[in-house]
Amino acid sequence: MELNGAQIVVQSLIDEGVEYIFGYPGGAVLHLYDAIFQQKELKHILVRHEQGATHAADAYARATGKAGVVLVTSGPGATNAITGIATAYMDSIPMVVISGQVPSPVIGSDAFQEVDMIGISRPCVKHNFLVKDVTKIAETMKKAFHVAMTGRPGPVVIDVPKDITDPRIKVPYKYPRKVTMRSYNPAVLGHKGQIKKAVELLLSAQRPMIYSGGGVILGEASDELTEMTRLLGYPITNTLMGLGAFPATDPQFVGMLGMHGTYEANMGMHESDVLLAVGARFDDRVTGKLAEFCPHARIIHIDVDPASISKTVRVDVPIVGQVKPVLEHMIELIKDSKTKPSKKALEAWWEQIDKWRSIKCLEYDRNSPLIKPQYVIEQLYEVTKGNAYVTSDVGQHQMYAAQYYHFDKPRRWINSGGLGTMGFGLPAAIGVKLAFPDADVACVTGEASIQMCIQELSTALQYKTPVKIVNLNNRYMGMVRQWQEFSYESRYSHSYMDTIPDFVKLAEAYGHVGMYIDKPEDVRPALEEAFAMKDRTVFMDIITDRTENVYPMIESGKGHHDMKLRVALGTPTDRELA
Amino acid sequence: MRHIISILIENESGALSRVAGLFSARGYNIESLTVAPTEDESLSRMTIVTCGSEEIIEQITKQLNKLIDVVKLIDLAGAPHVERELMLLKVKTTDQDRGEIKRIADIFRGRIIDVTSTTYVIEMTGPSDKLDAFIDALDKEKIIEVVRSGPTGISRGEKGLHL
Ligand SMILES: Cc1cc2nc3c(=O)[nH]c(=O)nc-3n(C[C@H](O)[C@H](O)[C@H](O)COP(=O)(O)OP(=O)(O)OC[C@H]3O[C@@H](n4cnc5c(N)ncnc54)[C@H](O)[C@@H]3O)c2cc1C
Ligand SMILES: Cc1ncc(C[n+]2csc(CCOP(=O)(O)OP(=O)(O)O)c2C)c(N)n1
Ligand SMILES: [Mg+2]
Repeated sequence: MELNGAQIVVQSLIDEGVEYIFGYPGGAVLHLYDAIFQQKELKHILVRHEQGATHAADAYARATGKAGVVLVTSGPGATNAITGIATAYMDSIPMVVISGQVPSPVIGSDAFQEVDMIGISRPCVKHNFLVKDVTKIAETMKKAFHVAMTGRPGPVVIDVPKDITDPRIKVPYKYPRKVTMRSYNPAVLGHKGQIKKAVELLLSAQRPMIYSGGGVILGEASDELTEMTRLLGYPITNTLMGLGAFPATDPQFVGMLGMHGTYEANMGMHESDVLLAVGARFDDRVTGKLAEFCPHARIIHIDVDPASISKTVRVDVPIVGQVKPVLEHMIELIKDSKTKPSKKALEAWWEQIDKWRSIKCLEYDRNSPLIKPQYVIEQLYEVTKGNAYVTSDVGQHQMYAAQYYHFDKPRRWINSGGLGTMGFGLPAAIGVKLAFPDADVACVTGEASIQMCIQELSTALQYKTPVKIVNLNNRYMGMVRQWQEFSYESRYSHSYMDTIPDFVKLAEAYGHVGMYIDKPEDVRPALEEAFAMKDRTVFMDIITDRTENVYPMIESGKGHHDMKLRVALGTPTDRELA
Repeated sequence: MRHIISILIENESGALSRVAGLFSARGYNIESLTVAPTEDESLSRMTIVTCGSEEIIEQITKQLNKLIDVVKLIDLAGAPHVERELMLLKVKTTDQDRGEIKRIADIFRGRIIDVTSTTYVIEMTGPSDKLDAFIDALDKEKIIEVVRSGPTGISRGEKGLHL
């Protein structure tokens, strides 16, 4: 089959099994858009800003496990995509971004809409390719998907100069079924000896803790993690990125850990004697002060990326490999082992954990005449029966969603953890809804974040992706205000806007349904009404208590045992609990 | 501690900037970096001299290995090896000190490879500290220019860095 470069790009995507491509046209990609126009299999989603394309593709990947695909033009199209590429990079999300480039002969001449996309994207991609020859397109595309999807996943950029897609130049096309790269061979199975050591250490624990992260979701190993955790009867905590990898409603789950983690999760970490870290990267929002991190614990760490191991915290038993086969192997060894977890020690440990739990660190004022954001999330959880895909933006609302929506399944919680990108939530919801048209998709957001990619409301209308926007409107950049309250004597420097738009009218202007909710008793009915409108995008502008803060909180530079709790509850002191 | 890291990397455009970018983005030290093609033209060999604590060096080698274009890597400091650096040095000469400069160069096994009525260009290879010592042995005022390649190294014995 002879095809031109533009057709080869498109046909490669089809042969790779790509369903959707999120993009925005421009000069350098006109040949590509012409090729897209002349076929039916690959569906193009026209966003309203390239950042939206990247977040939608990224969320599609997070929800499905397949790579998200983006197409942008050179220059401003490419730079607009960078935030979304960096977002995917920080959370290890597989994505392939095709950027147009000025024609090869003029590269380097400051040509119209030229930027060095290879250079600009280099620090925030897993890898990037500049295509220099039309005969190399298919192979490069295959390599890009291979690199994006395997090992520790991540975004890959393919920069395609316009002359490479010239419709007049046709070459034979064949999409490779497989590629091998001599310089890229990510680990799969873990080292047997290390796995054996890990199991022995795990079974010898008196106060064990399992700390699992996004790697379990990326590695499709939730079932194995759940089986092993239940087999052992040990407590388990998840990072923000790992929520849903173990069912949140299971009694062995002690909640999220870290800066806004639960009291029981953080205290459990602090007092543990054996810590099993699975697909988690010891991020500073998780560890708090490194010198005080898990002072009593010997640490086992399973990660596919050797560079994640002993990066910030030295571990005792490193295992480099994919979580799934490693956990399978561990389960086998645990089942075969004559040593069983010490019943007595475990009972005492659970007793201690239950004491920590009994302070109910997530309790809040349920009698307030104002709408509490926590209440909204609890109601959202009930109305959607815990089955929705929840995307979020960045701020307090993100933490409330993480704390109060109990994710029982992986890939349901879609948020930007590593980069913390405001503007992520709405395009992400669109990407998820395209992947799962019959599922409930909620975007939990704030009045500041939502305005960063609000234009995608227009995309939602065009492609009929009825998502429900839950805007926790506290008239503040709440997360910023909270830090200013705690650390800057409440000097609220530029953390509020006094010209917040009328979101109801805005939603209506974009062709959607807008709702304004300012009484606690209206929250539940409004949510029910919104989710009953199966074919409409609904923007719920919910006016919440603007003074509410996220608790617990470990302020930066403090250790896990040093949490700020909601004082109004008369929480017992650590000493009383010990 | 000082480490010499040797890398075989795909000979692609941009490969050098990936390595250099990694060092600057992560704030690692880089004392010198040399790069040249190898007998296999699809590969380049890079030699990086860096320093840092064991933890930092561990991260550096892991992060370098993680670069998709890096095919193989060794830390030469981990095993017996030899290292050499090339230096070209231009000095002012007068009728009085020509003999003296030549004698010092001979002691260090340097070769005079260019002569004018007022200058010498001396070529010298050796471990970096030998080159340092030679510079120290000369009168600072006389040195016009020093060009050093940065060290390259190779492990001893039968093992080698190849595919
Ligand atoms: C406002 C805000 C507040 C936050 N507060 C918190 C908080 O309180 N608590 C919290 O936990 N986070 C919090 N975060 C998120 C935090 O910044 C990090 O993004 C997060 O903690 C990282 O999660 P993770 O360790 O699971 O790593 P991820 O970023 O999910 O990384 C996954 C790890 O698994 C590895 N991996 C990937 N695939 C596989 C595989 N197949 N097999 C084996 N290993 C694999 C990767 O190499 C990597 O090391 C907050 C973020 C924001 C924006
Ligand atoms: C693009 C971007 N700019 C700035 C920030 C810093 N930031 C983090 S949270 C936040 C405020 C978010 O406000 P809002 O969306 O209203 O959420 P709230 O915290 O009030 O729930 C800001 C500005 C960010 N994360 N992303
Ligand atoms: Mg707000």
